[in-house]
Amino acid sequence: MTSEDVLGLLPADDPVRLIDADGTKVQGSGSERYELPSDADLLRAYERLVVARRLNDQANALVRQGRLAVYPSSHGQEACQVGAAHVLKQGDWLFPTYRDTVAAVERGVDPVDVLTLLKGDWHSGYDPYETQVAPATTPLATQLPHAVGVAHAARLRGESTVVMALTGDGGTSEGDFHEALNFAAVFKAPVVFFIQNNEYAISVPLARQSAAASLAHKGIGYGVPGQRVDGNDIAAVLAVLGDAVERARRGEGPQLIEAHTYRMQAHTNADDATRYRLDSEVASWVDRDPLTRLEKHLRSRGLMTDETHEQARAAADAVAEHVREGLNRDIEPDARELFAYVYAEQTPQLREQAAQVAEESSREVAGR
Amino acid sequence: MSTIEHEKLTMAQALNRALRDAMLADDSVLMFGEDVGALGGVFRVTDGLNERFGDTRCFDTPLAESGIVGMAVGMAMNGMRPVVEMQFDAFGYPAFEQIVSHVAKMRNRTRGRVHLPMVIRVPFGGGIGGVEHHCDSSEAYYAHTPGLHVVTPATPSDAYTLLRAAIASDDPVVFMEPKKLYWSKEEVALGTDGPGIGTAVVRREGTDATLIAYGPSVPVALEAAEVAAQEGRSLQVVDLRSIVPFDDETVAAAVRSTGRAVVVAESAGFASVSSEIVARVTQRCFHSLAAPIGRVTGFDIPYPPPKLEHFQLPSVDRVLDAVDDLQWEDQ
Ligand SMILES: Cc1ncc(C[n+]2csc(CCOP(=O)(O)OP(=O)(O)O)c2C)c(N)n1
Repeated sequence: MTSEDVLGLLPADDPVRLIDADGTKVQGSGSERYELPSDADLLRAYERLVVARRLNDQANALVRQGRLAVYPSSHGQEACQVGAAHVLKQGDWLFPTYRDTVAAVERGVDPVDVLTLLKGDWHSGYDPYETQVAPATTPLATQLPHAVGVAHAARLRGESTVVMALTGDGGTSEGDFHEALNFAAVFKAPVVFFIQNNEYAISVPLARQSAAASLAHKGIGYGVPGQRVDGNDIAAVLAVLGDAVERARRGEGPQLIEAHTYRMQAHTNADDATRYRLDSEVASWVDRDPLTRLEKHLRSRGLMTDETHEQARAAADAVAEHVREGLNRDIEPDARELFAYVYAEQTPQLREQAAQVAEESSREVAGR
Repeated sequence: MSTIEHEKLTMAQALNRALRDAMLADDSVLMFGEDVGALGGVFRVTDGLNERFGDTRCFDTPLAESGIVGMAVGMAMNGMRPVVEMQFDAFGYPAFEQIVSHVAKMRNRTRGRVHLPMVIRVPFGGGIGGVEHHCDSSEAYYAHTPGLHVVTPATPSDAYTLLRAAIASDDPVVFMEPKKLYWSKEEVALGTDGPGIGTAVVRREGTDATLIAYGPSVPVALEAAEVAAQEGRSLQVVDLRSIVPFDDETVAAAVRSTGRAVVVAESAGFASVSSEIVARVTQRCFHSLAAPIGRVTGFDIPYPPPKLEHFQLPSVDRVLDAVDDLQWEDQ
């Protein structure tokens, strides 16, 4: 490798941005390297951003009503969520974390099934093979080596699958982030590692997480090209991630993309963000909101009609109602399930334990 | 499996043949890890596989155990049957999070929708003069984790059939290979189906007391039984082969038949597989027991340096002493 090749791995000096906060099309900021998505793609993205925001709001409301145990909201990060899903084709895989409910929904998983984990009915509520969405992972960065394995297996069979692997900024400090990037690079696995840098890992700010020039610069250590993108600009997210997916599909190996965004709400409902960040900081991100930015842009170009607006609202209403209805439905947990899926075939020990629980339940029923 | 050949093999060679035969039988079986390619593994268990099956089927990875196991999870999710090697027991620890949080739980958390047909091979135990971090008995960590099968062979024949069964299993198997038995030799019937995972075997019949052992401790128990026979005491030896699932039936029947038992295991005794065996057997055989069940295990200390390791390993004398303590009527 020449130093020119090495420099080619480096991300742009500034995050790529195609639409400014005021909705105007950007000149510079890497915009010459990436094309603005088509009008149709932007209009579709708009509707999905509206739905995503509503889904976040609805889930938060359900937490307050006690229907969800906890909800890590992606409020403010919806452009990343929608973008990560929309650049994938059928057969591609998505590896989400606990914060990526919206991304999983955008890949086609029923939101009620995504929220099964957070409702407390079961650890995962959907069939990963139906949508090629892996179960949302909580132990940070541990899903990233899985993404490499799925991609490598596909490649060995000559399939053109690309895997989108999501992580937060905090997750990049974990060993599995490093190991996954290194493995992906060595095996040229078609994985797009997508970091949503929302500035905080619970309470710990980015400066305490990494001294790297940027998180996208970390790619250079592995021989993986890095890129940075304004994570609140859906046009840029679609363009940069779309390009990364295409490169991976063409056989250029893994890509590392860092989106600069912000977690507008607390880590979860159980967190108190006022203990570690100022309201003024949060307020400074309001103007960069991904929804209003795209709306301004579409309006300025006359692409946004009342009908578009109405249609998006109706779609959001429908999703919110579906989620409310699904989460308000009580599922009677079946204790037999506790023992049903530990192994393909129950061990003698589990058979005994399952029988004990069955016997206890029948006694309870009889005693009622 | 059709053609049966008999060949005298070491345990390492028997494992190698199991891998080779499994890879021949099924294209989705892959073998990867550290130095398992051109070198054939530090214990030569993967000898010749890279040459025979090429780089896509048997390959070296970067040095990162979590990455190795994590990648295997993804490959198992996507249609493969990966077998991975942890170079030594103590070097499996970096993969512990992957094993506990994902390998063991994937089937359960997805309600059976995703299963992981993968094998994690772990050379384990002492007795080879290994330096620090090369002689751990790590089986209890895995056995304690619901969702994993944990097996360990004590003979080359079992090594062959158990590894074939582990690779054929739709659940993850932690395959513990007793390092000090890698060079033990035996005539192996290749191409046969063994008894499968979950069955213990009575290795030696006896009527006075039962020795319960697994993996590296089985030969010690057998030798103790041999010496005891010369002294007029008839000891039965049970080889667990499978720690999870545990063959309660075989073990309890054996202990009931003699009324006395000693568990022999190399690992530290506290909160161990041996303590679990004592608890289970006591509960099931209490009324047949003439004495509390004895234990000969490693001490509760970090594994000693080579010059001191003989103090740690269960010896024939310690086993016989433990048998002597089983409250015989004639004492
Ligand atoms: C291995 C591991 N350590 C600690 C935690 C607890 N934890 C959950 S989320 C979180 C912060 C993660 O921050 P980041 O990766 O930036 O993602 P974000 O929550 O901001 O989306 C921590 C410490 C965990 N889930 N996994």
